[in-house]
Amino acid sequence: MSDLKKIKDEFFSKLSGKLDIAEINQIKSDLFGKSGLISTQFKKIGAIAESERKKFASDLNIIKDELQDLISSKINELESAEISKKLEKEKIDITLPERSFVRGKIHPVSQTIDIISSIFSEIGFSVAEGPDVENEYNNFTALNTPENHPARDMHDTFYLDEKKQKLLRTHTSPVQIRTMLKDKPPFKIIAPGRTYRSDSDQTHSPMFHQVEGLHIDKNINMGHLKGCLNYFIKEFFEVDKIKMRFRPSHFPFTEPSAEVDIGYEMKNGKIIIGEGNQWLEILGCGMVHPNVLKNVKVDPSKFQGYAFGIGIDRLAMLKYGINDLRAFFDCDYRWLNHFGFDPLDVPTNYRGLSR
Amino acid sequence: MIITFDWLKDHLKTNLREKNLLEQLTNIGLEVESIERLSADNELFKVAEIIKIEKHPNADRLKVCDVNIGENDIKKVVCGAENAREGLLTIYAPPGAIIPKTKTKLAVTKIRGVTSYGMLCSESELNLSYESDGITELKKEFRKNIGKSYFSKSKVNLIDLSITPNRPDCLGIRGIARDLAASGFGKLVDLEEKKIHSRNKHTLKVKINKEKGQGCTAFGSCLITNVKNSESPKWLKDKLTSIGQKPISAIVDITNYVMLDVNRPLHAYDADKIEKGIIVRNSKSGEEFTALDNKNYKLESGMCVISDNKGILGLGGIIGGTRSGTEFDTKNILLESAYFEPGSIRNTAKKLNLDTDAKFRFERGIDPLSIEDGLNKAAKLIKEICGGEISKIDIQKIETYKTKKISFDPNIFEKISGFKISLKEMIKILENLGFGVKSDKKRLKLGVPSWRPDISQEVDIVEELVRISGYEKIKNIEPIKQRKKSTLNKFQKLFHFLQRSIASKGYLEAITWSFTDQRYNDYFRDKKKEIKIINPISTELGVLRNSVFSNLIMHINKNLDRGFKDLSVFEIGPIFNGSNPGEQNTVVCGLSAGKKSRLSWIEKDRNVDVFDVKRDVIQTLVEAGYDSKKFFIDNKTPNYYHPGKSGRLFLDNRNDQVAAYFGEIHPNILKQVDMKTESLVGFEIFMDNLKLPEKTLNDLKVKFSFSDYQKSERDFAFIINKNVNAQDLINVISSVDESLVKNVRVFDVYEGENIPENHKSIAISVTIQSSEKTLNEADLEQINNLIIKTVENKTGAKIRS
Repeated sequence: MSDLKKIKDEFFSKLSGKLDIAEINQIKSDLFGKSGLISTQFKKIGAIAESERKKFASDLNIIKDELQDLISSKINELESAEISKKLEKEKIDITLPERSFVRGKIHPVSQTIDIISSIFSEIGFSVAEGPDVENEYNNFTALNTPENHPARDMHDTFYLDEKKQKLLRTHTSPVQIRTMLKDKPPFKIIAPGRTYRSDSDQTHSPMFHQVEGLHIDKNINMGHLKGCLNYFIKEFFEVDKIKMRFRPSHFPFTEPSAEVDIGYEMKNGKIIIGEGNQWLEILGCGMVHPNVLKNVKVDPSKFQGYAFGIGIDRLAMLKYGINDLRAFFDCDYRWLNHFGFDPLDVPTNYRGLSR
Repeated sequence: MIITFDWLKDHLKTNLREKNLLEQLTNIGLEVESIERLSADNELFKVAEIIKIEKHPNADRLKVCDVNIGENDIKKVVCGAENAREGLLTIYAPPGAIIPKTKTKLAVTKIRGVTSYGMLCSESELNLSYESDGITELKKEFRKNIGKSYFSKSKVNLIDLSITPNRPDCLGIRGIARDLAASGFGKLVDLEEKKIHSRNKHTLKVKINKEKGQGCTAFGSCLITNVKNSESPKWLKDKLTSIGQKPISAIVDITNYVMLDVNRPLHAYDADKIEKGIIVRNSKSGEEFTALDNKNYKLESGMCVISDNKGILGLGGIIGGTRSGTEFDTKNILLESAYFEPGSIRNTAKKLNLDTDAKFRFERGIDPLSIEDGLNKAAKLIKEICGGEISKIDIQKIETYKTKKISFDPNIFEKISGFKISLKEMIKILENLGFGVKSDKKRLKLGVPSWRPDISQEVDIVEELVRISGYEKIKNIEPIKQRKKSTLNKFQKLFHFLQRSIASKGYLEAITWSFTDQRYNDYFRDKKKEIKIINPISTELGVLRNSVFSNLIMHINKNLDRGFKDLSVFEIGPIFNGSNPGEQNTVVCGLSAGKKSRLSWIEKDRNVDVFDVKRDVIQTLVEAGYDSKKFFIDNKTPNYYHPGKSGRLFLDNRNDQVAAYFGEIHPNILKQVDMKTESLVGFEIFMDNLKLPEKTLNDLKVKFSFSDYQKSERDFAFIINKNVNAQDLINVISSVDESLVKNVRVFDVYEGENIPENHKSIAISVTIQSSEKTLNEADLEQINNLIIKTVENKTGAKIRS
């Protein structure tokens, strides 16, 4: 048996025993230290006859690798055992509470406005805005509701001056006026925002939200109006089909005018939109009155189109099953937490309007 | 407007059923608001007698009444009415009954400790009249009805229609019948009123003064002499009670009936109480009269009054006066049928805050050609029921009505409605609605019926045609999915970004009212102008908010009362600087109260502080794309912030618009609003002061480059005057060599032992890196010394050794 084989056998058997780190390190230095057994063998190479030198060197390298591998695997084994032992002591009660975090929420009305904008964006509407404080002209007169028009009674108006020239807008319709006065047709806008009426009970709040829609172009007729609203309602309630009813009504700023009802039914105390035999009024609309177009210097013989106004809070109540309108503005922490939306939950067309 | 199918059948011949009627009414724009049956619920309301009254033991103004509701069934009822007295016959509602006016269901309740079984009702609660002072007083004839239902049994449905203000004609049953007939629901019954052929002279002179702003343009009247006013006959009483009206006397009932039937308001005067003749004129300032509602009215000048030599008899078209009212013993009547201008009616009623049925009708526009028909119809009925002699009819006019003409292009119909109907169909519909129709080449020459003040141009005709043809015929044209313009502008995008950015930092979004309590507003008004609402819903909501804080702090307080301790809320919305349109700003405003890590086993709790909100503001602005390196912060803030623990932020120091305030809310305010919390901090970001970038964020980015050379961190501690801001120190260091100084961080601030008075020690870590080479010790030493020298020179600081 050659020396090499002897060394290998001897140390393989030594290393197979139960050793601690110090012992292994001792073995390591016995073999690979300056005058270790393997190191000594390497020094011999030069003295070996040339015919055998190659083989000897090759054998020696193999044994060296084998021993080194064995030692390092032994060390790894011991070290990981030691870490495991240490970790065993570090064990904690993982059921203890995590570090505290707070979660913000988006108000359901804001979320609803984002959903509405997202739906109308798909069919080419832009978002327009107007001030909360309006003059009498934009809120009424320009909208074909002159003073002494009984329709003004339906708007319990908050005034800011005794002459009743400045007021809190009672609807978002003055944005129609502002938009058309500022630009040239065609117009295709929606205008969500705050509106005010001096009225307060279970279903009325002195402040509420509306979204106005306006589409004026050369040949926009009532069919376009119906199609647009049908599309919107379907998208908003995320249903394939919707039962919708147009019925004649009156608004001074549209002619013909319509109110729109959607079908619903109650199932297990929950409202199901789009089917059933009950009707729910959700919006008013119509073809923009030629007098309004004249007031904003748009030629009614060339341009025509429709406008609509929808109660945003009402839509949110229906979509999210909220019963009391006034709770929207009550800032109850529990309510905001319950009905609010995660800020990352941004309604988009490709990810969907809701999760 | 309440109608019954039966009454409608006076004017409409139809075989269709009530169910179809309800649908059809809604389809042609006469919206059915509700259907009520008088009988079922109302049978519960019983005639009753108060047999004993005691004072309520715990309330001065309440009485405890023993009420006999028949067969000696005695109920104890607590009542506050002043007219409640022993022996009074009245109307009793048992527990379970639904009060018609309020739609509330009664229950057995304890009132100040005494149990009340049911309620004694006022006329207004039963929708019998507007009388709300005291409980109903029934005549002694009702004694035999004690215990019986007050309302007669009825199987008739009351159909409540919501009539839009443009359709005064439909405030009469006949108008509704006409619309239904035009839509194919039966046939309109011909009711030509026969004229009165009388030889009796009309002996009372009527004159309409030709004055500026005269509100009466025609005044028709006739005298009916030697009448015997009485109770109405059964058919008339039934007619009125069938729609919930209370019969009064034949003459009043007849005028009411004609008004309800054909929307022709009339007024009956006791002719013997009129001095000489009638003068229709403008009122003089300060004139007074007592109206039939028993209230005294002081008039301004220019109101249309009916008067005689002695003074005012009534407000034309609004309300009559007590002086000339008819009573059971009235013998001679002057019956008035006039036309009053809607605008004049509205002005007067608004100024006097008066609302009557007649006013409601006249301000919408009464058929000016119905004056004579109305007189004929009513006078004949009066003669039939009360006897007497009718005089000739006299009509005074200062204007002659002319039929409105419209030239209508039939092609417009399809252009607007999007669907087609034949010319023949158009003509049929219009004729059925009462239009005069003549075909003239390609147009229709239309005469507008006198009862349709709402129709004046072609588009109104289109509406009539679409309405009667049916809105269901309108096609559904699918919208095209195409976007030519971006949906949101830059400001709107920023709005939505800030909203969600703040929410992502743990704030709950609130939406509160744009108005607020003046007291709360004052806390946060600073130097802004107060903007009052002249007709607020309550005094607590009397002003437009100058800051969002006023509402938020109120709501935070309420939530603290609910037992929450650590709260963060924000609102993004308008604040107002003036009462003109546009004098408003959009603000993101947040409040945070209480502690961080309250009751945590792992972290030490601490109060929320100014650096929490400072982080929220800065991080939000940075996320929105603003460069924090340019931010400039100082401590000049409005007086509602803690003067020492608050700051204002500018996007860059060359900018003079404040981007945001943040800080602790002034402790005085917390004291005044009685808020109990460990700490309250807040912020306001003024969106209108944030400059919107011209370029996109992507275009704003500088070229991507970085240095691979080794960087070094050097720490410095400076002793510096307490009043020098950390920001100034950082700026000085950063500007020493912008190519080498990459980052400057404050990692310790210390005052106290070993530091001279009015001084502080600030420890700063500076990252130094070159983009050209690895800096050697000598280079580093050089920049080191430069930093120390510059800081010491520019700020008076001393390096701490």
